[in-house]
Amino acid sequence: MPARIKLLRTSTFRLAALYLILFAISVAALLGYVYWNTAVLLERQTDDTIRAEVQALADQYRIRGLNGIIDTIRRRSNDDRGSVYLLADSKGQRIAGNLVKLPAIPDNTASWIEFPLDIERGPAREHHIARAFHTDLEGEFKLVVGRDVEALRQFANIIRRTIFYALAIALVLGLGGGLLMSRNFLRRVDAITEASRTIMAGNMSGRMPVQGSNDELDRLALALNEMLDQIERLMAAMKEVSSNVAHDLKTPLTRIKARVEAALRSGSEDEYRSALERTVDESDRLLATFNALLSIARAEAGQARQNLAVLDAGAIIAEVVELYEPMAEEEGGTLVCDAPGGLSVLGDRQLLSQALTNLIDNAIKYGAPPGAAPQVAVTGRIDADKVIIAVRDHGEGIPTEDRGRVTERFVRLDASRSRPGNGLGLSLVAGVMKLHKGTLLLEDNGPGLAAKLVLPLHRPSS
Amino acid sequence: MQLKADDSLDWTAKPSRQPMRILVIEDDREAAGWLIKGLGESGHVADHAADGEEGLNLAIEAVHDVLIVDRMLPKMDGLSIVRKLRDSGIKTPVLILSALADVDERVKGLRAGGDDYLGKPYAFSELLARVENLGHRANQAPLETKLRAADLEIDLLTRAVTRGGKPILLQPREFKLLEYLVRNAGHIVTRTMLLENVWDYHFDPQTNVIDVHISRLRAKIDKGYDEPILQTVRGAGYMIRAS
Repeated sequence: MPARIKLLRTSTFRLAALYLILFAISVAALLGYVYWNTAVLLERQTDDTIRAEVQALADQYRIRGLNGIIDTIRRRSNDDRGSVYLLADSKGQRIAGNLVKLPAIPDNTASWIEFPLDIERGPAREHHIARAFHTDLEGEFKLVVGRDVEALRQFANIIRRTIFYALAIALVLGLGGGLLMSRNFLRRVDAITEASRTIMAGNMSGRMPVQGSNDELDRLALALNEMLDQIERLMAAMKEVSSNVAHDLKTPLTRIKARVEAALRSGSEDEYRSALERTVDESDRLLATFNALLSIARAEAGQARQNLAVLDAGAIIAEVVELYEPMAEEEGGTLVCDAPGGLSVLGDRQLLSQALTNLIDNAIKYGAPPGAAPQVAVTGRIDADKVIIAVRDHGEGIPTEDRGRVTERFVRLDASRSRPGNGLGLSLVAGVMKLHKGTLLLEDNGPGLAAKLVLPLHRPSS
Repeated sequence: MQLKADDSLDWTAKPSRQPMRILVIEDDREAAGWLIKGLGESGHVADHAADGEEGLNLAIEAVHDVLIVDRMLPKMDGLSIVRKLRDSGIKTPVLILSALADVDERVKGLRAGGDDYLGKPYAFSELLARVENLGHRANQAPLETKLRAADLEIDLLTRAVTRGGKPILLQPREFKLLEYLVRNAGHIVTRTMLLENVWDYHFDPQTNVIDVHISRLRAKIDKGYDEPILQTVRGAGYMIRAS
């Protein structure tokens, strides 16, 4: 589509054109009103005055005769206020009045006429226009009464020109402004269209241009960019999961395959049995890993956010501690819990319980110095607008440099490698926190680890 | 965590099985074949339907004790079958099988009228325990206030537990655990079933914490008695002797 036609089709331009037409109509109406109330009305008043004078002079003639009218005309001609008078005989010879000679008059008894009028002002001679009424009086006399309307005509001209220029300027400005506005709008829409094409072509890092004026187009672009950010995060998470799955699930699968093949080659029934049993165990572990990965991805993608409900975090802590307390005792250690009421959070009970389970499980497994029994404390408290659930142990803790890394998938610290696990526990906790708009903090408990779940406090009014 | 040396690990523990007639609605013929073989070996009779419509036609005759319904089926999906059955007033217990096994999907399945929900892939022992649990649950008198298993008695109103007339003191959670086991006396209860029904947790804790709770309960109800009433069924779960 040619750029010019495209420009004329934009909604901004159409809107501007509509406003322009409405504006032009109202300007024209306003100026028309002014014109009517000045030039037209003045002209009409002049005509009325002339007509009244003609009537008065005709009455003079009828009542006082020729001398009466001549007298009146002479008197009036002397107070020169722009009026012209002429009384002529049947041959057109001047009898009285300030007109030098009879202007050309039509061949009827009475009508309006207009004729040029030369005015002498000192040395200068001005050409004016006079408007007059001529009428025939009894006895073949001709009477012409008029006024110099030059000033009136000039005034009307000025008003007409003003109306014309005002309209022209309004139209030009409106049209130009509309074009300019819609061109600017169109440029920005084109930029957004262009950006979305780039993204569709596969460049996921592309973003809509934002001008910084925070107008509606900027807000639209910002909203689209937020959406793109979320999509990109989702895609990155998916990509990461699939590459992790490829890497960390292939290893045990290879093991299973090798073991089964070796058993088949051996031909011994004992080998078969042992290989099958270990295959069942290994596939259970694989499945657990797979499920954990899926839960993490789901939590991170935030799909489950619409299922969040108002929960008492204190009750969640108490329940999970109750589940694990016998196990801690079995290990010769302790697991104590201290959480007041009113720890209200918006959350998913299953996911929060699972996250807390992972932290407590870790604390019982790794939370004691070698040879000692685990002493684990779980606390819940409110800090400003946050609910903080902390799981503290007295083990070796996590070295500062590893704290960022342990929440990544499949990362296991050397200390835990010898024990069962898949390296997904803390990733899941981090994912669950992300879903709940919270954070997982790993801090020093001096000695030991303080793992904290920081969640937004839910207030009933909000 | 290793299974502790378990004095009541009973190799001969056999659940008291009432033969049931079970309908398997599953389009994967091989999976259905293994399922039917396993159910047959456990003393049950199983019919098979390979698509949703055939499944609904068979189920609507209401001759089965339990239905095993896959969620994704050709012609009609599993949840629609369950809804149609419930709409026509058929109350046969339904176990829904699905690869979609997270909590939301589970809730959808139960809302549609399913009685239990099991994610794929499953262990056969888990499936069998759940199917048998559904089968005998349907035959239970629901308004019982006292439950009995062998010489163990539970009063659901006073929450008193006695064995051979001697009172046993239990913590609230231990009481819930025992109640669930006794309600299923004579039937195997898996660890997952305990987590779901006693704790209402639908995820796998990394460590098998249930075993410790069971051994605590066992210490209270079996210590000092010749015949243990709470038995461990290897590779499956736990069972309270019915008699």
